[in-house]
Amino acid sequence: MSSVEQAHTGAPAAGEPANAPGTASAARQTGLWRTVGALLRKELLVELRTLESVPGMSLFALSTFVVFHFALNRGSVEGDLAAGVLWVTLLFAAMLGVNRLFVADADQGGFDAFLLAPVDRSAMFIAKALTLLAYLVVLELVAVPAFGLLLLGAPFGPALPGLIVSLALADVGIAAVGTLVAALAVQTRARDLLGPLLALPLLVPIVIGGSRASAPALVQAHQAAPAARWLLTLGLYDLVFGLIAYAVFDFLLED
Amino acid sequence: MAALEVEGLTRRYGERDALSDVWLTLEQGQTLVVFGPNGAGKTTLLRVLATLLRPHEGRVRVLGSELPEQSWAVRGRVGVLAHEPLLYRELTARENLRFHARLHGVSEERVELLLAAVALDARADEPLRTLSRGMVQRAAIARCVLHQPELLLLDEPYANLDPAAVELVAPLIGSAAEVGAASGGRSSGGTAGVSAAEASGADQRARPTRVVCSHDPGGGLAEADVVLGLRAGRPALLRAADQVDPAEIVELYR
Amino acid sequence: MERSSRPAAGLTNSDRSAPDGARSKARPPRYGGGLRTLSISTVIAMAVALGLVFFYAPLEEEQGFLQKIFYVHVPLAIVALCGFVLGGLLAIQHLRTRDPRWDMRSYVVIHMSLIFALGTLITGSIWAKGSWGHWWVWSEPELVSFLIIFLLYATYQPLRFAIEDPERQSRYASVFAITAGAFVPLNYLAVNETTAYLHPRVFGSTSNLPASMAFTLLVSLVAIALLFATLCKYELTAKHARAQVRALRRRIAGDAYDAPARGRSAAPAGLPPDMGGAPVGGAPLQPVAGIGAHAAGRSA
Repeated sequence: MSSVEQAHTGAPAAGEPANAPGTASAARQTGLWRTVGALLRKELLVELRTLESVPGMSLFALSTFVVFHFALNRGSVEGDLAAGVLWVTLLFAAMLGVNRLFVADADQGGFDAFLLAPVDRSAMFIAKALTLLAYLVVLELVAVPAFGLLLLGAPFGPALPGLIVSLALADVGIAAVGTLVAALAVQTRARDLLGPLLALPLLVPIVIGGSRASAPALVQAHQAAPAARWLLTLGLYDLVFGLIAYAVFDFLLED
Repeated sequence: MAALEVEGLTRRYGERDALSDVWLTLEQGQTLVVFGPNGAGKTTLLRVLATLLRPHEGRVRVLGSELPEQSWAVRGRVGVLAHEPLLYRELTARENLRFHARLHGVSEERVELLLAAVALDARADEPLRTLSRGMVQRAAIARCVLHQPELLLLDEPYANLDPAAVELVAPLIGSAAEVGAASGGRSSGGTAGVSAAEASGADQRARPTRVVCSHDPGGGLAEADVVLGLRAGRPALLRAADQVDPAEIVELYR
Repeated sequence: MERSSRPAAGLTNSDRSAPDGARSKARPPRYGGGLRTLSISTVIAMAVALGLVFFYAPLEEEQGFLQKIFYVHVPLAIVALCGFVLGGLLAIQHLRTRDPRWDMRSYVVIHMSLIFALGTLITGSIWAKGSWGHWWVWSEPELVSFLIIFLLYATYQPLRFAIEDPERQSRYASVFAITAGAFVPLNYLAVNETTAYLHPRVFGSTSNLPASMAFTLLVSLVAIALLFATLCKYELTAKHARAQVRALRRRIAGDAYDAPARGRSAAPAGLPPDMGGAPVGGAPLQPVAGIGAHAAGRSA
């Protein structure tokens, strides 16, 4: 019986009165970060098992570079044009990830299971945003070198750190907004359509900040660091939308 | 203190009433069986009691906590068995249960205990999508009682289960007939033939309060202390089980 | 056990809205109130504004007569932007209070702002064609950010339409309205940063406007704002009236009432039943058999 004794937490013994209204003694809550950890493990397991998101996003990015080559009819791009090709591709690949983010939960009752547990509900947003962020990082680890190889006239030189910083800042914004939009779209009837439709206008400031910030890094002659104002734009966007998304997300979960 | 106190509960769906003016009281340890045709509001009632839906009108008190203000105090003390298993098809039974265990702060040993109790330990490492519906249902039942809830909300718990499986899971979900017999066998210890009584630890102390949705007048009545019949969201019948005639239940479906 | 005749406090919408002391005979609030005054003031304001535009405001040298469209374009833009932000604020109220009327207001305001935004784009395009010879210019940050905002809010109704559960629809729409409302200023800042100016921005240079132009602009702004308010009130009143009719039908038909298939709709469903004349504090529509024994639940 000992293992059951150990597992037994909270339920009153026979004859004991249950808790008086309002007391929290039996309402033990699983801590926020422990819940986030549990969710992240689950996400990782599902993704590794199904390989639905990350390979698809990466392959999509590679194919898009090839398409751009033919569409633009150029062997290489640089400067603003390069920034444009890179950011558009990354954005559309991110949409694929956004579309799939909550599908397993919506279709297999994952929301209900989470809502029934004694957990801090903000954990869902944090876990999912971190997951999307991870997908984006892996995507960029594949897509950016591929871009350099396939389409970029200039090699990534000393301006690479600047490029990485702008990518990182943009990823945070895409993760926050993408998670919110994914949750909005997943329980509608046209989920694959509404996700991108909602996300693309919302992500325009990211595109602006990201491409303006990285364009100087992608030129042949003298590569330059990103201008501070664009990094500031990205940072401000991340802050504002990170907070808003975090604040409103819980309203999407409950009924 | 009653386990459930529902006063004038109304839940709308747009302009329709999914549940309309439901009143009931259920003491701890009692079983309420809810009958009614599809669309009558049984699932809605269960979801309100599970804190998944908030009442639009009326008052609901579950285990002493007022819904929806104190819903947080109720979660973790309620176990829900729904139409869907609420499990991820790509993960194994073990992985699913461990995930739920982490969410509820339950140990891994208990996961193993329950896997054995529902006779899934042999196939606990295969993705759920490879298992039969009956096995998935058993896994769902394991998930439901994993955290030893004081209140069980069961939506047709015996669906998809063959008689052997029904016998297996009945004590886990607090079916009256089994609890007394099970407690007699618990002194035998050892991991071989883990008795369901060991797994349903809380049953030893107090029978869980249960709300069961059922379509089976005979079996359902046998388990019930109180019977609620719903029709189009309204309570059409609310009585102690021994005062209910099976024919009245059939009448509900007319 | 006596069943109390009124629902418990705190959980019903009708508690907040019914006038004090009127529980026994709930008077549904009058939604058409003030509509006539509003309409008349709008007509007057618009007439005055038109008069000023055509007869008072001086003719601008560079752009000629076409410049007068500026008196329509700028107010439309300002009102639309304020409308979107207001829609977000109303949505915050909805999420806070769960009262569906806030969602109704949010929906109408956003919906109307979208129309005004379309007007902004069209008038802006005409102005661009007249001033610079192109139907579209990327050099005006207001126009560009308006395009983005228009594209964003154009998804509002498809989003609502795609969600069947009415309560979820309202909730999700409110989340969207809040996010999009916060997006409006941020988007403007970002687009502004990245757009080269072709012309000195007219709005920003209001201080350089001759007094006559500034005055005309102000009057136009008031007129268009009144127009916005009137149209919103019309739509709100119409929706409430329809919801009341439905509630009355339900009351007459009793339980035999079969809600006509409204089909899926992007618009919020309307008032909670108590608002529309359904009996409040009275007996339920159908006597329920066997209920008196719910006390039996205790004794069993």
